[in-house]
Amino acid sequence: MDVPVLKQGHYLIATVQSALTDADLAQMRRSLVEQVGKFRSRGVIVDVTAVDVLDSFACRTLRDIAHMAGFRGAETVIVGIHPDLAFTMVQLGLSLEGVSTALDLEEGLAFLDQQTRRAGRKTLHSGTVIATPPPPPRAKR
Amino acid sequence: MPTRGTQHAASTGVAGPESTMALLRELVAHLRQNRTQLREEWARRITEAELLTAMTKEEIFAEATSVYDNYVEALETGTFEALQAYARNLSERIIPRGVETHEVVGIVLLLRDVLARSLFAKYQADFTKLNRILDAYEPAANRIANTVAVGFVQERERIIREQQEAIRELSTPVLQVRERLLILPIIGVIDPQRARQLTEQLLRGIRTNRAKVVVIDITGVAAMDATVANHLVQTVEASRLLGATVIVTGLSPEIAQTLVTIGVDLGKMTTVGDLQGGIEEAERLLGYKVVPFAETPVEN
Repeated sequence: MDVPVLKQGHYLIATVQSALTDADLAQMRRSLVEQVGKFRSRGVIVDVTAVDVLDSFACRTLRDIAHMAGFRGAETVIVGIHPDLAFTMVQLGLSLEGVSTALDLEEGLAFLDQQTRRAGRKTLHSGTVIATPPPPPRAKR
Repeated sequence: MPTRGTQHAASTGVAGPESTMALLRELVAHLRQNRTQLREEWARRITEAELLTAMTKEEIFAEATSVYDNYVEALETGTFEALQAYARNLSERIIPRGVETHEVVGIVLLLRDVLARSLFAKYQADFTKLNRILDAYEPAANRIANTVAVGFVQERERIIREQQEAIRELSTPVLQVRERLLILPIIGVIDPQRARQLTEQLLRGIRTNRAKVVVIDITGVAAMDATVANHLVQTVEASRLLGATVIVTGLSPEIAQTLVTIGVDLGKMTTVGDLQGGIEEAERLLGYKVVPFAETPVEN
């Protein structure tokens, strides 16, 4: 099953909607890396909110995406890992080392904005991240 | 006296069911008749053995009366549900008073002895009959002792479980002190079960509060074993997967030693000496700057 990839300005957003086979994962990796080049993207977000299980191959694929996109000039961030999944992964030693993560899509975009600005590149997003003080809460407590 | 009785004298518990019931009825009648003095004898022996010191003489006598009556009734009916219920009820009352298991077992055994002696006294002239009476009495008496002791222990275990649950709930609050900043102050002993609960609460808290930084303060924790220390490291890593940075503060020398011993990669975990330092670091990470009023410009 193909993972839908949306373009948002200079970023690509891949939303994983269900359990992916190894072939699907490889296809997603190929697709993302290709599109990073095609659109000269500066950031990639892989949203795994809908995912219950991430096995070792999936984790390796996510790491590969981060490395390969990095070689082509894009920062990658994985978002939406469920708390239970997070702990299970760590217990099994699948910690996505070296790959940036964020809580959700919103945080992921904020992170990419920060990263691209830090790299001294222009960003098309205006004022989504303020260094001091942080933005007012959007989510209800 | 039927001669059949003589042949049964040497065997245990092989009396026919009707004769057992008849014997039990006879013995129950005896116990009821002599209720007052047997109960007093028992209360006296309880005091002599220095049991139930947490209770007053009047209380002991009142409970002794209930236990005695329940005991005799269990002997009579041969059913133990009422006794079980009574045992649990009694336990619920005396456990908060500090009564221990050995005391409860002790007093029930004393009652068994007091009643047995009274049977010896009554039937001493007829050895055969005494044996048959004891054949009927002993299994029932043992079952009663067992029921009461088990009831007491089960009640204790239930209370302990309840208390543990209450302690656990008390001691793991996840507190938001600033936007995006959570504090998890841990006090006391962390066992693997509590560690698991802490992690679960923390990860959910990170998601609910959209926290970017968490300060876990373990000033109140004297020591942790390698398993729990590993668990802490895993918690830090799992938090990172949710986009939050964890700062651990207040490590005691012992815990610092444990972490070094198990080979924790300090690159994976940010630590600061005390809670104040941890909060200051967290604020720095979040982009807060704390400035005293005198320095801030007055806005018109």
